[in-house]
Amino acid sequence: MPDDSPTPVVRFRNVSRHFGDVRAVDDISLDILDGEFFSMLGPSGSGKTTCLRLIAGFDTPTSGEIDLHGAPAGRLAPFERDVNTVFQDYALFPHMTVGENIAYGPAIRGVPREDRERQVAEMLDLVRLPGVADRKPAQLSGGQRQRVALARALINRPRLLLLDEPLGALDLKLRQQMQIELKGIQERLGITFIHVTHDQEEALAMSDRLAVFRSGRIDQIGTPAEVYENPATAFVADFVGISNLVHGPDAQAITGSPAPFTIRPEKIRMLAADVAPGPGDLTVDGTIQDVVYLGMHTRYRVTVTSGAVLTVVAQNREAAAGDVQALRGHPVRLSWPRDQGRPVENRS
Amino acid sequence: MKRRPFASFLFRHPRLALALLILPPILWLSIVNLGSIASLAVQSFFRLDDFTGMVVREFTLDTWRQLFTPANLDIIRRTVVMAVCVTLATAGLAFPVAYYMARLATPRVRAFLTLAVLLPLWSSYLVRVYAWKLILAKEGVVSWLFDQAGLTWLLDGILEMPLIGGPSLSVSWIGIFLAFTYVWLPYMILPIEAALEKVPESLLEASSDLGARPRETFRRVVLPLAFPGIVAGSIFTFSLTLGDFVVPGVLGNSSLYIGQAVLAHQGTAGNIPLAAVFTVVPMGIMCVYLVLARRAGAFEAL
Repeated sequence: MPDDSPTPVVRFRNVSRHFGDVRAVDDISLDILDGEFFSMLGPSGSGKTTCLRLIAGFDTPTSGEIDLHGAPAGRLAPFERDVNTVFQDYALFPHMTVGENIAYGPAIRGVPREDRERQVAEMLDLVRLPGVADRKPAQLSGGQRQRVALARALINRPRLLLLDEPLGALDLKLRQQMQIELKGIQERLGITFIHVTHDQEEALAMSDRLAVFRSGRIDQIGTPAEVYENPATAFVADFVGISNLVHGPDAQAITGSPAPFTIRPEKIRMLAADVAPGPGDLTVDGTIQDVVYLGMHTRYRVTVTSGAVLTVVAQNREAAAGDVQALRGHPVRLSWPRDQGRPVENRS
Repeated sequence: MKRRPFASFLFRHPRLALALLILPPILWLSIVNLGSIASLAVQSFFRLDDFTGMVVREFTLDTWRQLFTPANLDIIRRTVVMAVCVTLATAGLAFPVAYYMARLATPRVRAFLTLAVLLPLWSSYLVRVYAWKLILAKEGVVSWLFDQAGLTWLLDGILEMPLIGGPSLSVSWIGIFLAFTYVWLPYMILPIEAALEKVPESLLEASSDLGARPRETFRRVVLPLAFPGIVAGSIFTFSLTLGDFVVPGVLGNSSLYIGQAVLAHQGTAGNIPLAAVFTVVPMGIMCVYLVLARRAGAFEAL
């Protein structure tokens, strides 16, 4: 890391958190930069939420050091950190009104009542939920509670906002709408957001950078395009989007080398069996085994000559003609530009 | 398929099935519970003929008027003060125990503590009250402990205090207070524990995350959410104290409490109307108490 780089908002230096024999977080080093929307992506139990709790101060590392804003956070209590959290279950205080919930931070700091009320109104406008200040959280829908939780965190103007699966409990349409709104709020306020999710689509859609967690370690950190186009490991290729992992004799048959590689289904062209491939393209012949018509695109599973099954996705640019299932058993030729196949470390 | 005419008849008439299910408990509740209270209220408007010793069954406010004699008002005041003190003491003792059980203890320790809280309830309450009589007696273990510590002067000083003292701890206000606090403590611990158990950890984390020190979190989040449990527990301790005649009978002096007054009037004097009036008093006090608790927001977090 060069010396002239800006101070990261959060720096993990060889941080581990063990629960008995379980290495929830295992020797992670990580920099999160000022003003970025950073996602921690991984399956459940991969250590992403533990990392978030370590940043918030709800938990302390077994070993290693976490710096916040350039200073060691050490054993600082949550109330001593310039960090706020949006909880997975929203954690709204059930005995307080929405307004009292949002004004909780300012009330603790002794902000006078009139200022608090003005700030609450501003925050409710920001999260597009005006006029609910006098209601109880139980009277709101899931999406509204989510916005209140966001307002309650943002009213404190933290330099760093942590979001723990904030959209997990919402239905698909609302989730997609909130993704855009969250991103918009983050850009407007210029606050660093650290977002924990197991939803790869959400991470790709919202993040400036993301880290893919597996078993307490980070497999890859990068921009969404880097992680999607250049997955560092077979796990990343599989977890972020759909991918074909080809290795051993199957790889040998296609590339002439047993080194494992991944190829995204949408990068593969499906040609008639007798079409000559382009120069430098990799080619493999096979038979269509399954066809799944998905409206926007169609997904094929093709058994190639070496016996491997590759998934291929084709955009439905023209209206599907007749019965797509009739394609089953057709011989096809698959081809893709050589550089679209990405070598991966086959860690397990 | 085997035909089940009765079951399918009930299935087609769900309202009838419901009525058959709830009719017996509704009857029990209305006749036994509410009916007896109504009968009690009616009795309180009869009077005892002093000359014949018979109950005169005609409407009169005479018996209610007797309640407001200085001696009877004294009994009520004494009992209510005791109930308030016992409730405060049990709440103060119960809260830390309940908090530890609900939020900090491992499941094993918690099971052990639950047993420790409940175990006394399985033994006779009379035996436990008489045990206090022995513990607090002049030659009992408490006096002995004070003696060993060279603090007999302190114990004597306490016993010489007016109102709460007496010839020995086993015949004093303090003795009644200690025994009440002991016997009602489980009724305070269990509801507080149930209330604290329902508070998600994330609420405490959220409070801390928003800048609240532990004391603020306790005052603004934990206590308000535990308040319904405290009120539920205090309803037990308060009303049980208001109606009890055993503890003051065993550990008290000649100053009567409401429970003893009911016993004396009904059993000894046969003055059932006055006994009924004395029984309506705690119910009235509890109603006032619940209204006040509701005003204080006790049930908002429910």
